[in-house]
Amino acid sequence: MIRTLRVLLCLAVLASCAMAQTQLNGAGATFPYPMYSKWFNEYHNLHPDIQINYQSIGSGGGIRQVMAGTVDFGASDGPMTDQQMAESKVKIIHLPTVLGAVVPAYNIPGVNEELKFTPQLIADIYLGKISNWSDPAIAKVNPNVKFPNQSITVVHRSDGSGTTYIFTDYLSKVSQEWAGGPGKGTSVKWPVGMGGKGNEGVAGNIKMLPGSIGYVELIYALQNKINFGSVQNSSKTFVKASLESTTAAAAGVKMPPDFRVSITNPSGKDAYPIASFTWLLIPTHPTDKAKGKILKDFLFWMLDQGQTMTSALDYAPLPKDVVAKEKEAITKQVHD
Amino acid sequence: MLNQPGSAQTAKLSLWRRFMNHAATGFAVGAAILVLAPLLAIFVYLLVKGAGSVNWAFLTQTPKPPGELGGGMANAMVGSALILAVASVLGVPLGIGCGIYLAEYGRNRFGDLVRFTADVLNGVPSIVIGIAVYGLIVLQQKHFSAFSGGVALGIMMVPTIARATEEMLMMVPNVIREAALGLGIPKWRTTLSITLRTASAGVITGCMLAFARVAGETAPLLFTAFGNQFWNLKLNQPTAALSLQVFAYAISPYEDWHRQAWAGALILIVMIVVAVAAVRIVTSRGMLKGTS
Amino acid sequence: MSRTENEMNSPEGINPTQKAVTGIPALAKTATQRETSATSSVLERIRQTQPRSSRFPDATFRAVILITAISVFAIVVFVAWELIDKSRLSLHQFGLSFFYGHDWDPVNEVFGAVPFIYGTLVSSFLALLIAIPLSVGVAVYITEMCPVRLRAIIAFLVELLAAIPSVIYGLWGIFVLAPLLRVYVEPFLAKTLGWTGFFSGPMYGLGMLAAGIILSIMVIPIIASITREVLTAVPQSQREAVLALGATRWEMIRMGVLRNARIGIIGGIILGLGRALGETMAVTMVIGNRPEISQSLFAGGYTMASVIANEFTEATGDVYLSALVEIGLALFIVTLIVNALARLLVWSITGGSAARARA
Repeated sequence: MIRTLRVLLCLAVLASCAMAQTQLNGAGATFPYPMYSKWFNEYHNLHPDIQINYQSIGSGGGIRQVMAGTVDFGASDGPMTDQQMAESKVKIIHLPTVLGAVVPAYNIPGVNEELKFTPQLIADIYLGKISNWSDPAIAKVNPNVKFPNQSITVVHRSDGSGTTYIFTDYLSKVSQEWAGGPGKGTSVKWPVGMGGKGNEGVAGNIKMLPGSIGYVELIYALQNKINFGSVQNSSKTFVKASLESTTAAAAGVKMPPDFRVSITNPSGKDAYPIASFTWLLIPTHPTDKAKGKILKDFLFWMLDQGQTMTSALDYAPLPKDVVAKEKEAITKQVHD
Repeated sequence: MLNQPGSAQTAKLSLWRRFMNHAATGFAVGAAILVLAPLLAIFVYLLVKGAGSVNWAFLTQTPKPPGELGGGMANAMVGSALILAVASVLGVPLGIGCGIYLAEYGRNRFGDLVRFTADVLNGVPSIVIGIAVYGLIVLQQKHFSAFSGGVALGIMMVPTIARATEEMLMMVPNVIREAALGLGIPKWRTTLSITLRTASAGVITGCMLAFARVAGETAPLLFTAFGNQFWNLKLNQPTAALSLQVFAYAISPYEDWHRQAWAGALILIVMIVVAVAAVRIVTSRGMLKGTS
Repeated sequence: MSRTENEMNSPEGINPTQKAVTGIPALAKTATQRETSATSSVLERIRQTQPRSSRFPDATFRAVILITAISVFAIVVFVAWELIDKSRLSLHQFGLSFFYGHDWDPVNEVFGAVPFIYGTLVSSFLALLIAIPLSVGVAVYITEMCPVRLRAIIAFLVELLAAIPSVIYGLWGIFVLAPLLRVYVEPFLAKTLGWTGFFSGPMYGLGMLAAGIILSIMVIPIIASITREVLTAVPQSQREAVLALGATRWEMIRMGVLRNARIGIIGGIILGLGRALGETMAVTMVIGNRPEISQSLFAGGYTMASVIANEFTEATGDVYLSALVEIGLALFIVTLIVNALARLLVWSITGGSAARARA
């Protein structure tokens, strides 16, 4: 018995030596998770000895863990606040990766049409002022749709979320009541609704609960065949989230040197109003030099090859000038 | 003059008393059915929804990116095995040692205190232990790891094993100890080679039961082992675990992931039922028969 | 004499190690009694006449074993210390207002734990409400009414309920129980009992009711197992006495058995409460994750354990994390008190010195 154990132990040690893998660990946003997952998979196929393990625990988690230094990189769609950057033990740079859109997804029995949402409508539903789908305010914006007498189940995030940040950032811009109330953040005090964990959890809840509405990243609505509506932008046009409208939202954005910028409710006729960059949170002075080098290599790959893969998953690629700026920033600021 | 049901004397009982008697029986039977119904339901659902998905691909592949079909939980199973191995290495020696103390040296107030502490530890919610291990190990090491997950689960195993070991050792008749000591065998040798060996079947089953109990734990692993889509055999890296994977897939919106969650759950429960059933079989033979 | 009595009372042999799977300590007197102190003094004398050469290894062995026993202490102390240390920020900032504050607002860094305390208490209370009659019922069935051949099987099955991991209960809860509640049970309850105010509002399926039901299923095996033990420990003479006075079987159970076993059953209930309070995964998956207090059981809620599970890895801001750890500390203290209470009840039945011999 002891002999068997010894043999097994040797085998295990040998096995772990043979698989001389380098593993990087990252955590954060669920918003870009389908994209990152694909990228890390592809990168692993190209470099079989490198594994980049990413856990989608929400932007809040990504920020927290990278600040504490327990992961090699983080990811968030809500940029870190100045206070967080000051508090962080690790000096961090934000690097945008893709553009995504947050859509109002719904599950109303009997309604398969694409609904139109004004900013006021979304705010009122999430403030709890409109609680039934048969409310005249909804019918006014969607005159040709027959709504059932069904109470609205509002779904939001229960975890710290960049998607929440994008959504509440938008709501704060279009509704004074919201800005003065719950405000914007990765985790807010929701007036109504139930919580789901991650974009996955919210999408799961919407699918399960008749009469529900929630906010999710575009790809989650598409992949799970959930209906989502168009949103009225600042030019009073109703725009549905798509590659084109997301790219239009970022057109003409003035990118600051630290890359932290909000593009919700932009001007522009075709711009989708609830879009956002999503960022990787990269330590500028990585403690493990070898891992830092791998990460840098991955980032350059992401800015070249990676950007060609985004459209297949309905994420918009970065504007060219942003890519150029980023490459410069990585070379200059990320040390290895 | 015992009151036998069915005898002529029962006819003299008031209607109310007879009714209450039958009602009570009905309630008890009903309770038994209501209690066993969820058990049946859970197992049936696990089998129906999970069995079809436990195929070769599931058992050998790692997860695919969300939205892509297929993939499996092979790395999660290996990860769970790794974490449980660490937990056992920590929990079994500490638990058995503590049990030996309680049985052989602890028939005093201090032993009472240790016994009480072990019961306290048993009752601590697993998530609280996860928080503590996060602070103690993950923050110090600055990374999540299979090791920290194993420590959290190992801590949970200790009280169970300690109490089981104590009870098994107490069942060993004193005659055996006296005989050994009378032959001049030193106490430490007696305890290890004679008393413990006699109780070994029970002690092993205690360990297996503790193992089965922590095998399904998820909460403490949330912030210690953390999860991993790839294979991992290193102790100081985050690792996938079967229970974590089932949790993540269950709350996701992807149908394919739901299917895999059922399959993972089925494997988990089979593992546990086998351990518990093995306990039943072992304890119906050997030294425990007739002394319970 | 007591030995034969016990053997009569436990024909199927309640195996003490079976309880290890549920972590239930032996509350009732089970079979073999430890020999009297006279024999242990014989052991003492034998030990004292051991050859000198074995003194050192004996002492070393004893020291090593003592260390493992102390390690159990060390673990509990470490856990407690870690909790207190990490919650210091929150304790300092909010003090007692943490425990009566209603708001959980991470943006404005205002943290009050009342919604979670409420959710934990309500879900546990609901679970006990459902579990107590069912557990006592099934225990009575197994010990008093069941055919002897079925006894072991049914007892095993009930204890198997305790072996099912929490996450599997959650999985089943999301995909089987919640739709069942949403489509059949909740509309029925709303129609019949909606006037009470407990069964009103939108029906999600997920929510406090689902959490209470799942918790009750998880708590039943604990209460049932302990109840079974105490019922079996009631001497047969009690049963015979009541029957001899002309009681029906139910009256015999009520007066002769349950009355004697009362305290033990209460101890079992308290132990079940302890389990319900700390249960995490299954509750997190079905409770709806809403930090609000509502009267209706259909609404979503949040428990102390769930909020930690959901928000711990992502608590940005040190105060946020500290507040979560403080909730963990509160949970730790509460379960400690509950378990201590259950143990005290045990000692009051078995008595001090007997507890020492067979605690």
